[in-house]
Amino acid sequence: MTSEMTGAKMVVQALKDQGVDTVFGYPGGAVLPIYDEIFLQNDIRHILVRHEQGAVHAAEGYARSTGKPGVVLVTSGPGATNAVTGLTDALMDSIPIVVLTGQVPTFMIGSDAFQEADTVGITRPCTKHNWLVKDTDKLAATIHEAFHVATAGRPGPVLIDIPKDVQFATGSYTGPKPSNSHYQPVLKGDQEEILELVAAMETAKKPVFYTGGGVINSGKAASQLLRELVDATGFPVTSTLMGLGAYPASGANWLGMLGMHGLYEANMAMHDCDLLINVGARFDDRITGRIDAFSPHSKKAHIDIDPSSINKVIRADIPIVGDVAHVLEDILKIWKSRGRKTDAAAVKQWQAQISEWRKVNCLAYSNSEKTIKPQYALERLEALTKGHDRYVCTEVGQHQMWAAQFLGFEDPHRWMTSGGLGTMGYGFPASIGVQMAHPDALVINVAGEASWLMNMQEMGTAVQYRLPVKQFILNNERLGMVRQWQELLHGERYSHSWSEALPDFVKLAEAFGAKGIMVRDPGDLDDAIMEMIEYDGPVIFDCVVEKHENCFPMIPSGKAHNEMLLGEAETQGVIQAGGAVLV
Amino acid sequence: MSALHIKKGSTSHSAYNLRPTFSDMQERHTIAVLVENEPGVLARVIGLFSGRGYNIESLTVAEVDHTGHLSRITIVTTGTPQVIAQIKAQLGRIVSVRDVHDLTVEGSSVERELAMLKVVGEGDKRVEALRLADIFRANVVDSTLNSFIFEITGAPEKIDAFADLMRPLGLAEIARTGVAALLRGD
Repeated sequence: MTSEMTGAKMVVQALKDQGVDTVFGYPGGAVLPIYDEIFLQNDIRHILVRHEQGAVHAAEGYARSTGKPGVVLVTSGPGATNAVTGLTDALMDSIPIVVLTGQVPTFMIGSDAFQEADTVGITRPCTKHNWLVKDTDKLAATIHEAFHVATAGRPGPVLIDIPKDVQFATGSYTGPKPSNSHYQPVLKGDQEEILELVAAMETAKKPVFYTGGGVINSGKAASQLLRELVDATGFPVTSTLMGLGAYPASGANWLGMLGMHGLYEANMAMHDCDLLINVGARFDDRITGRIDAFSPHSKKAHIDIDPSSINKVIRADIPIVGDVAHVLEDILKIWKSRGRKTDAAAVKQWQAQISEWRKVNCLAYSNSEKTIKPQYALERLEALTKGHDRYVCTEVGQHQMWAAQFLGFEDPHRWMTSGGLGTMGYGFPASIGVQMAHPDALVINVAGEASWLMNMQEMGTAVQYRLPVKQFILNNERLGMVRQWQELLHGERYSHSWSEALPDFVKLAEAFGAKGIMVRDPGDLDDAIMEMIEYDGPVIFDCVVEKHENCFPMIPSGKAHNEMLLGEAETQGVIQAGGAVLV
Repeated sequence: MSALHIKKGSTSHSAYNLRPTFSDMQERHTIAVLVENEPGVLARVIGLFSGRGYNIESLTVAEVDHTGHLSRITIVTTGTPQVIAQIKAQLGRIVSVRDVHDLTVEGSSVERELAMLKVVGEGDKRVEALRLADIFRANVVDSTLNSFIFEITGAPEKIDAFADLMRPLGLAEIARTGVAALLRGD
């Protein structure tokens, strides 16, 4: 299919042909021709955000909750530079995003023109790939290739920079073709390595699955296969922050999240296991803690679609490069054909050991009748929203870790959080993207007040498009995680970790035309949450919580998995002076 | 595969510095990278090295297939075996990179570099420079009454040796191309 049209029209046509239904964006001089074409059609919804960073996070929320790529349209110069944080976030967490930026006309590039920035130069290190299109005839093929690159292999953000004269000029449009791209990542794992892993599974006495965002990114089939494999073998399974929901929180073999604020039983299992099966995770430093003491007695298998993840941090004994779903399918097939063997007696003993660790009840906290403890607020939120068609986003900090600990996820694509980059201000715009994709679902952004204020301008977007997103703010009037580290590592010198001028969130909601709810008495909490759920529209829920609560368990930086702190009593003098350099 | 080997006592207490070093041995590798010849491709490769803290000892780049739009980048780098493996894996995931070859491990390879050296001097030193150039099979590509420009091709070590000899004889300037390399045989 080839036909003549302007570059601007090509952009819209190519998006339609890629199955795009929603674009998050903000107009400006260098993208006006494309906005004109958007005006002239009704197939693609355009969501006007209030800041370009919000557009990218919204697209991330859309992508994470659907498995489809998110699309962003912004102008040149500041439009593009404002997108950089979102691009970096998507790169770190492997989220497929296609960002289209306007650029000054080709004949003005390099002249320091108004709103000119070297967009491909600036975004080269924070995209999976990017393109500057200087020829209208190449525009359509480039957009189709961009969608392929964003979604194939390890997903990630891509950017296409389109000069204004390329948008105005006429060229020939070509539709998407079965990919003739040179970019074709290997999906199927090496059969010999898979066989070696199956053999190790058959004899393992203390095995553990350590799963990550790669399971989610691989698609729903991967989560199904993981569940089948875990349940058939009886091996315990833990997950990174990014992988929550791949295995259900109600599942019998679920250990909970691992890592710096992970569960005691999960981290102890990682430390003591004899076979560690990494499925689509990347041994992030929040997971490993001290590397020379990380899971010291285990044979380590690592399944990852990105060859550069293998041996980057932790040496893999059984490296398997491939797509999680493809590899899990092969593992199941081979394991079944060899007679479904495990060392059942040893695994049973291992499960008994894990039950002992569970009895530590590491998430225990001392509740209060006077003030709302953040953990209690999340326990109530969990209890009162569990039956709903629920999606949860978070900002970054203590509330994020508590949400990961206290909310249970039964399915993939239900949990949107900034893991790798740790972007405060991610959650609110992400919740907008999720709600756009799932208009009838209950979409909750668990937030801290400090993070939430970073992109609060998106209230305008939520109200304009009648998106009933619930902003569940655990308000401790502090930068809680910063304050916690200052308490533990910097002699309780709370340097700039609180705000002396917070808004009245109820009035703020009303100023935007939304609903505000404030609660500070634990006795009122349930009714307030029910009021939030039942209100048909965006809500800012100002949950005033205990100001100095610390997030536990915690592996102090530079410590091993079996050196966790479980509560306040254990923190005295645990972190030595050298620990202050840790991040 | 061998167990994780950790270099102890050499790092601060930072989680970020406690990197496992599978071996402390620094190795020198010549890596050939076949890339699509498009704007910015060299910046992608160089940006990878600077962004992740890898070394570049030398780098050469030129188009090698005009119709296929392919360029060949030859990079000489140093690092521990783990870092070298990472460099190759990271290069391989750049979308416009078609192929990565480690010429140091894939078999024996021929490495050549071209250099031009300007030597300024008179009398005996001038004669000696010309005599040594002859031994090294360097060509004279420019000559004045008190200077020569020599052109020399060879392995980097040969050029180093020639430059060392020219230094006391009046070496004024040197321009080197960096290494180009090919595997031997078919």
